[in-house]
Amino acid sequence: MGIPVTPKNIFPSNIQGLPTWYEVRVSENGYLGRRAGIDMVVSVNPQSLAGDVKSVRPGGYFLYDSSRPLDKNLHRDDIHFIGIPMIRMCQQHFESPRTHQLLKNMIYVGALTALLNIDIEVVKELVALQFKKKEKLIPPNYQALDLGIQYIHDHYEYPLHIRLERRDKNGDSILMNGNTACALGAIYAGATVAAWYPITPSTSVVDAFDKYARRLRTDPATGKKKYAIVQSEDELAAIGVVIGASWNGARAFTATSGPGVSLMNEFLGLAYFAEIPAVLIDVQRGGPSTGMPTRTQQSDILLAAYASHGDTKHPLLFPSTPKDCFDMTADAFDLAERLQTPVLVMTDLDLGMNDHMSPPFHWDESRRYDRGKVLSAEDLDKAKEWGRYRDVDGDGIPYRTIPGTHPTKGSFFTRGSSKDEYARYTEDADAYRRNMDRLLKKWDTAREIVPAPELFQEHDRSKEGIIFFGTSAYSALEATEQLEAVGVQTDAMRLKAFPFNDTVRDFIERHERIYVIEQNRDAQMRSLLMIELGIDPKKLIPVLNYDGFPITAATIVQQILKYHPALQPTGGNGVPV
Amino acid sequence: MTYLRPKFRHPELPRNARGYTRQYYEGALSTLCAGCGHDSISGAIIQACFEMAIEPHRLAKLSGIGCSSKTPTYFLGNSHGFNSVHGRMPSVATGANLANRDLIYLGVSGDGDTASIGMGQFVHALRRNLNITYIVMNNGCYGLTKGQDSATADEGSVNKAGIANPFQGIDLAGLAIELGATFVARSFSGDREQLIPMIKAAMAHEGFAFIDVLSPCVTFNNNPGSTKSYDFVRQHIEATAAVDYIPEKSEITTEYEEGTSKVIRLHDDSLVQLHKLALGWDPSDRGLAFARLHESRARGEILTGIIYLEPQTRDLHNMLNTVAQPLNTLREEDLCPGIAALEQINEENR
Repeated sequence: MGIPVTPKNIFPSNIQGLPTWYEVRVSENGYLGRRAGIDMVVSVNPQSLAGDVKSVRPGGYFLYDSSRPLDKNLHRDDIHFIGIPMIRMCQQHFESPRTHQLLKNMIYVGALTALLNIDIEVVKELVALQFKKKEKLIPPNYQALDLGIQYIHDHYEYPLHIRLERRDKNGDSILMNGNTACALGAIYAGATVAAWYPITPSTSVVDAFDKYARRLRTDPATGKKKYAIVQSEDELAAIGVVIGASWNGARAFTATSGPGVSLMNEFLGLAYFAEIPAVLIDVQRGGPSTGMPTRTQQSDILLAAYASHGDTKHPLLFPSTPKDCFDMTADAFDLAERLQTPVLVMTDLDLGMNDHMSPPFHWDESRRYDRGKVLSAEDLDKAKEWGRYRDVDGDGIPYRTIPGTHPTKGSFFTRGSSKDEYARYTEDADAYRRNMDRLLKKWDTAREIVPAPELFQEHDRSKEGIIFFGTSAYSALEATEQLEAVGVQTDAMRLKAFPFNDTVRDFIERHERIYVIEQNRDAQMRSLLMIELGIDPKKLIPVLNYDGFPITAATIVQQILKYHPALQPTGGNGVPV
Repeated sequence: MTYLRPKFRHPELPRNARGYTRQYYEGALSTLCAGCGHDSISGAIIQACFEMAIEPHRLAKLSGIGCSSKTPTYFLGNSHGFNSVHGRMPSVATGANLANRDLIYLGVSGDGDTASIGMGQFVHALRRNLNITYIVMNNGCYGLTKGQDSATADEGSVNKAGIANPFQGIDLAGLAIELGATFVARSFSGDREQLIPMIKAAMAHEGFAFIDVLSPCVTFNNNPGSTKSYDFVRQHIEATAAVDYIPEKSEITTEYEEGTSKVIRLHDDSLVQLHKLALGWDPSDRGLAFARLHESRARGEILTGIIYLEPQTRDLHNMLNTVAQPLNTLREEDLCPGIAALEQINEENR
């Protein structure tokens, strides 16, 4: 029907089938952040009944299976109860008890089409698509839909005051989760080796890589694979495999979450110091420790930025949408090879596992992989002098060779210990410092080639700015509109990468007060800005959400308005659709 | 290897089939202690590669951390090397091998690097039958940190401080056989006659070839109470069989009495000949190999030789069904599915 939606699957860390919730925000204005506050609940889990009733906003609706009467204690005067005897209807109309639970779901879908004015033809089309390969299941599902519709017709006034209207606002958007998008980015960027250890919420990255690689990367003539996936014994081995493969000239990546990044620290330091490309997708979840494995957070920022002992830092990319996941994962391979260092794509559970509306993906057919400074056999023959860690071009990035390239030239010893320009082990103080300083020069080069931040206004309009990144973007932009409505004008900047380039510094310097919006307790991005750009902490105001749910515009507005005590949000509770 | 390597080399040093002298396979001067068993193993590796006429750039040497893991600097100076992090060489080697299946991979590790911090990675590389020659230079102690007992130190073995080790030692060869390794051998750093053909056979083996080399630590673990001392090993060594390695298409020239020798054809058609077989020895019987290893240990003997060998195996690439062409040589044309496929995916997700 072309109406923007934001679905969120809210689930526990459990396999036996404890209740999960599927939350959908439907927004005429195209707001894609989580809103919080529920207008309508469809209750399917008896275990969570009490909480589900409580979660409805005053004036909202609670749809439930009335085959058995609802506990009187759960009754609320300020919401509408819509009872449909779904299981009883199933028993009356369908023989197989096995299908009752499934068709019960279709009864409430039918009821919702009537209550919310959803185009039934669209729903039927989707049902037909779903059962394309099991066509005999289509008629009973249609019948269940019709039963739901009929029940509403017979018993309730419909449609409700909250209802859907065709808008055709979605254009050519696609609906996809970020993990699949990252996997596709890796395939398009030419990744041939994936190594991983299963961990929520990143598991589906490699699952999707496997699925699409089977389809797109299998030699049709021989059935042989142009890729290799290793499910390793732990995350340490996963990143080790990636580093070994990258060292040997293949594009390789791993996908993990915070606990995995913790384990990978030692190897990330090796890759930083030995200058080996690696791509790591960190689908962040609630920490610390095991934390909340099935909830979202942006709390690995500092861990990722400075992973490993000694003086280390790593480029980070911050996707906000599935399209970003696709583009930035593909770009991460170019960046990692150009910079000869690990690059981390910092997504999160909300982006990775939930479907998001996104612009369609695009690939420029003329794009060539940027393998960085790799010497071929011909290059080595021509080169007068080569040293693995010599800074020939003044950008801090040396030239590397891949094993097996040349029979007599270009071999060197890769190590995590101190070395000179010719890769020879040394404990010489000057040689060590020269190498460390060159790495810093390389970091300055990185600053210029990572994606620049996105500014949402051509010229500054305010003395106040907001900075955000990743999935906070949805709600942050929605919040700026709400703030503007009550008279708080802000300039907005979305960070896309670390290290921060001058645009970031300039934006902060041009504003008197900056709100840094992020989804962790300790304001980690704020710390990173302070550390790396030397910003006065007083100037950076943290705006935080760390309850494991995606940040809402209301949370942001509320925290920013504390700094504008004279102003109040509009619309009472400040939650527009 | 010695600290004083002659600068002058005879102009007519023998050359191998590739036209390289043995010198071409050497590395930097060793910085290990004089008399270290590891240097003898480095020498055996150099000799084996020279005799096999390996092109140095077609071999990658990888190691972890420790005295043993330093040795790749001291051999094959014209090969790429990777001194990774402690106990994690197997994963790096796995990635390297996946990227390019055409190179020869030589992994060098120690007893600390493999039997303690790296046990997990060792076991899993073995389980995947990674095509690598994996040599553990086993001296029963931590040399670089001054002689602490390692996990392979035998129970009761007395270290330099005079303290007897109260813990059981891990027998890496036994473990490898138990875990399904396809090539398991043990030797002694002082036994070049056995070690050189053994390394050649291991490098010809398509799969995980494990060699446990007892290599006494002259500084910390060569005292009378140590079961990894030169004297103890020399006195207690028990060979399964002498080893010959015969490259592909060469004739078997050595002859031994029937019943005392056994010939095994490796995946690349080269041959391993075991002669002067110990009574009833059959290296293709995993159960027997395991039992013999136990018997020897119970007698306080150190069993050496190729203890177990399964010549026809499927390595990791076979199991993953990857293309024959090395993955690191695939280009955009092979790897990028193009815009049409992407638009199809877009359409499927509308």
